[in-house]
Amino acid sequence: MVIYGVALLAACLLAGQYAGDLLGLWLGVQANVGGVGIAMLLLVLASSSRALRPLVTDEAAGGIRFWGAMYIPIIVAMAAGQNVVAAVDGGLLALLAGAFATLTCFLLVPLLSRWGPPGTPLPPPESVDSATGAPR
Amino acid sequence: MQTLVNVIAANGLVTAFALVGLTVWLSHWLSRVLTHGRIHGSAIAILLGLAAAFWAGKATGGTRGVADIGLLSGLGVMGGGMLRDFGIVSTAFGVQLSELRRAGAIGVVSIFTGVLVAFVAGAAVALTFGYRDAVSITTIGAGAVTYIVGPVTGAAIGASSEVLALSVAAGVVKAVLVMVVTPLVARFIGLNNPQSAMVFGGLLGTTSGVAGGLAATDPRLVPYGAMTATFYTGVGCLLGPSLLYFSVRALV
Repeated sequence: MVIYGVALLAACLLAGQYAGDLLGLWLGVQANVGGVGIAMLLLVLASSSRALRPLVTDEAAGGIRFWGAMYIPIIVAMAAGQNVVAAVDGGLLALLAGAFATLTCFLLVPLLSRWGPPGTPLPPPESVDSATGAPR
Repeated sequence: MQTLVNVIAANGLVTAFALVGLTVWLSHWLSRVLTHGRIHGSAIAILLGLAAAFWAGKATGGTRGVADIGLLSGLGVMGGGMLRDFGIVSTAFGVQLSELRRAGAIGVVSIFTGVLVAFVAGAAVALTFGYRDAVSITTIGAGAVTYIVGPVTGAAIGASSEVLALSVAAGVVKAVLVMVVTPLVARFIGLNNPQSAMVFGGLLGTTSGVAGGLAATDPRLVPYGAMTATFYTGVGCLLGPSLLYFSVRALV
């Protein structure tokens, strides 16, 4: 059943957000700390668990993959809802502060990556389904 | 005509699906015809979205881009935090736990480095522009972390509303820049594997920027970058009004 997968996804997100809020409260921060990341970990764990197999295989998996494939369209809608005017009208200070921070961090990506374990480049995107990441 | 308007108004989210579908189709067509596929269709779609948001913001004077146009409010639901997070979590399906564990330590290092570096960069710009009080410098620096960390920090340490607005603007500039620039520089910063995607998410950290930038680069990298980015704002809110503020106060 497709809904089993969707429900598992929803349960992971709710549990993750709850954990993230609790973590924020515990740290005394007015923000959610890593809720989505915790939810992603839960989904990864759930999809390798034997007990939850019926929720992550066959049709149920389709319910999760559908939302994975909807991810880019959702991001396009998100882009259309950004306060771009504020970014442009914020003046030179806002522009420089944002741009300087972005640029420095971009430059650090290759440096920090080198410290970590070596990464293997993913195969060229043509060989996989761009929407789901599954081999075609 | 009025009937059509009523239908659109009553079916906001469905209208958004149709409209975004059309935008994505148009973007892939533009990508093929104008750039021979060199610029990815998703990147063009995100750019079109940002352009529409700019136009809508000018037209309505609102802060939520196209979502402030009554008939298109469904785009606000589709692109809002709830479905965005739902979509991000779903991309983790099929991710290998071993990949996450391999880059876990460097991922954590990148989150703290990213918050610190962005803060220092923002604070340095504030100094250059003549701000000398610790509260304003900290708030603008925190805005360069993300547009959530800025106002949370500013509110906690009592910044003026003018400075709060500046810090939000700096954060939005960062989010928009990350969305636009990531696909262009991905090749030069080695952003082609799960490990560097986790470092990228931790360093840049702005959730919408990282989500949009990686989507336009290679959707398969999204879960890895999103995983670290999701902790970034929390860490920023933790350090901003405390450690970072005290450090700035000690220095000025």
